[in-house]
Amino acid sequence: MNSLRKTDLIMLVFGVALFIVLQGLITGRILNSFWQLNLIILCINIILSVSLNLINGYTGQFSLGHAGFMAIGAYVSVVLTTNFHWPFLIALLAGGAGAGFLGFLIGLPTLRLYGDYLAIATLGLGEIIRITIMNIEYVGGAAGFMNIPHNTTFTWAFFLMLATLFIIKNFVNSTHGRACIAIRENEIAAEAMGINTTKYKVMAFTIGAGFAGVAGGLFAHCFYIINPTSFTFMQSFNYLIMVVLGGLGSITGSIAGAFAVTFVSAGLASWPEFRMIIYALMLILLMFYRPQGLFGYIEITDFKIFSRFRGGRKS
Amino acid sequence: MDFMQQLVQQLINGISLGSIYALIALGYTMIYGIIKLINFAHGDIYMVGAYIGYFSITMAHLSIVPSLIISMVVTGLLGMLIERLAYKPLRHAPRISVLITAIGVSFFLEYTSMYFVSPTPRTFPAVFDNIAYHFGPFIINGQQMLIFGITFILMVALTYIVQRTKIGKAMRAVSFDTETAQLMGIDANRIISITFGIGSALAAAGGVLVGVYYNSIDPLMGIMPGLKAFVAAVLGGIGILPGAMVGGLILGVIEALVSGFVSSTFRDAAAFAILILVLLFKPSGIFGKNTREKV
Repeated sequence: MNSLRKTDLIMLVFGVALFIVLQGLITGRILNSFWQLNLIILCINIILSVSLNLINGYTGQFSLGHAGFMAIGAYVSVVLTTNFHWPFLIALLAGGAGAGFLGFLIGLPTLRLYGDYLAIATLGLGEIIRITIMNIEYVGGAAGFMNIPHNTTFTWAFFLMLATLFIIKNFVNSTHGRACIAIRENEIAAEAMGINTTKYKVMAFTIGAGFAGVAGGLFAHCFYIINPTSFTFMQSFNYLIMVVLGGLGSITGSIAGAFAVTFVSAGLASWPEFRMIIYALMLILLMFYRPQGLFGYIEITDFKIFSRFRGGRKS
Repeated sequence: MDFMQQLVQQLINGISLGSIYALIALGYTMIYGIIKLINFAHGDIYMVGAYIGYFSITMAHLSIVPSLIISMVVTGLLGMLIERLAYKPLRHAPRISVLITAIGVSFFLEYTSMYFVSPTPRTFPAVFDNIAYHFGPFIINGQQMLIFGITFILMVALTYIVQRTKIGKAMRAVSFDTETAQLMGIDANRIISITFGIGSALAAAGGVLVGVYYNSIDPLMGIMPGLKAFVAAVLGGIGILPGAMVGGLILGVIEALVSGFVSSTFRDAAAFAILILVLLFKPSGIFGKNTREKV
């Protein structure tokens, strides 16, 4: 446990150093506003892909409804900041809590399903959430919610991302996280070992949904307007691509996946067809030649360099 | 009386829409029955079918029936090709890998077609004059008659193939137990390939009929009907052919009633709500039997 704390500290120092460099580049106007926006989107995408990885990768419950939870978080937080003038952070957390609560309500019955059925059911739930929002006049319906304060800055996005990584990493390494991994490996065996599978599946789903809600809030405050079409299931597929590319069950992988997808999307913004064709071929080829994704179950902290900081003890 | 009239009219609309869902759902259910794969790309195969129908009507100036047949044959071959290239190498891979591949294939079909035929919707040519048949106070138009007729013929043909021919017998055997069927001398790969061919051909027919019915096709038209046809297949009991037919019709009728009496924006939500309710309360579907999972 002690060595883990040490790694956390190193990662934190590294994270802050990275932040200072990037923030320096932004204040020094070396990065123009396009790349600045993309850095914020990258942080949001990392939160989403890591939280989806908790559900899909670590717990093995194939969910395709992430955009729906993101939508809940986005709408709850924009209503709170725009109409009730709550502080930004509180509104974001409230959005996360709302999404998490809904994830809990939905997860309880749905997680009895498995595999492909769960995939389609969650996809359907995401769409139901979106269509319901579209029919609520209070939040602007299909036209969208306007005049949102532009609160999301790189600092907010970056530190909330760090917090997400820290919490999810520690969750995965805790007893609860181990239980989730056991469920992924073999649900029946896990149950036979005395793990309350429903409890842990719902727990992972709720936490994942909650972080998706926070990310949704950040996303919404990044632009001046949001509308329900930003949260279709195509969006969920996007996060799925990140997670699958990086590796189902690796936080490092999800970060790398989010990085690759965000910048490929930004680079090919003018050729959307090519972008999607590349993703499609990538998914197919990955499944053929490297179904575990780029990183598989490996984390960056597993590499040799880090074992030096752990006092030479092999993990 | 006015309410009754509207109700019956919505039922007619629902059945014509439901017939198309049923055609797509049949392909889903056959493929699921035989290799336990939710072919996410099935909706996009239906889109390709609609485009092939469109091009054979506008460019080759064929009438509706030859175009339908051409579209079914070409799309059937496409389905077999997809199976051969994308799914066969993964026959023994985990289910989730195959599911992700299917999502990949779906994207690939959507966006390559978008690249070749442009993302703007195209107007499907009117294949015949819009004649409305009056039955008392109710109206059935020519397109709906065409949909009923073609769906009926295809379903009879499919039932004949599956129940009465040697290939159908082999299909049923492979879907019941692939390994034992192979031991009995059935070439499972060939049968799986044929199943993909037939399923895709049915989806293509659905695509051409939708083009005729709604007059508009676009490269992303397959996503929603594909998902709804899956709902229909689950509703009827996945893997069961009559289930897919009945499930498709029920779904079409429910959708028509929801858009007629509640609000058309809730149409898609209704389909997914049905899916979730079915999965929670009777996951094996209307016609399915309950099976228990063994360790």
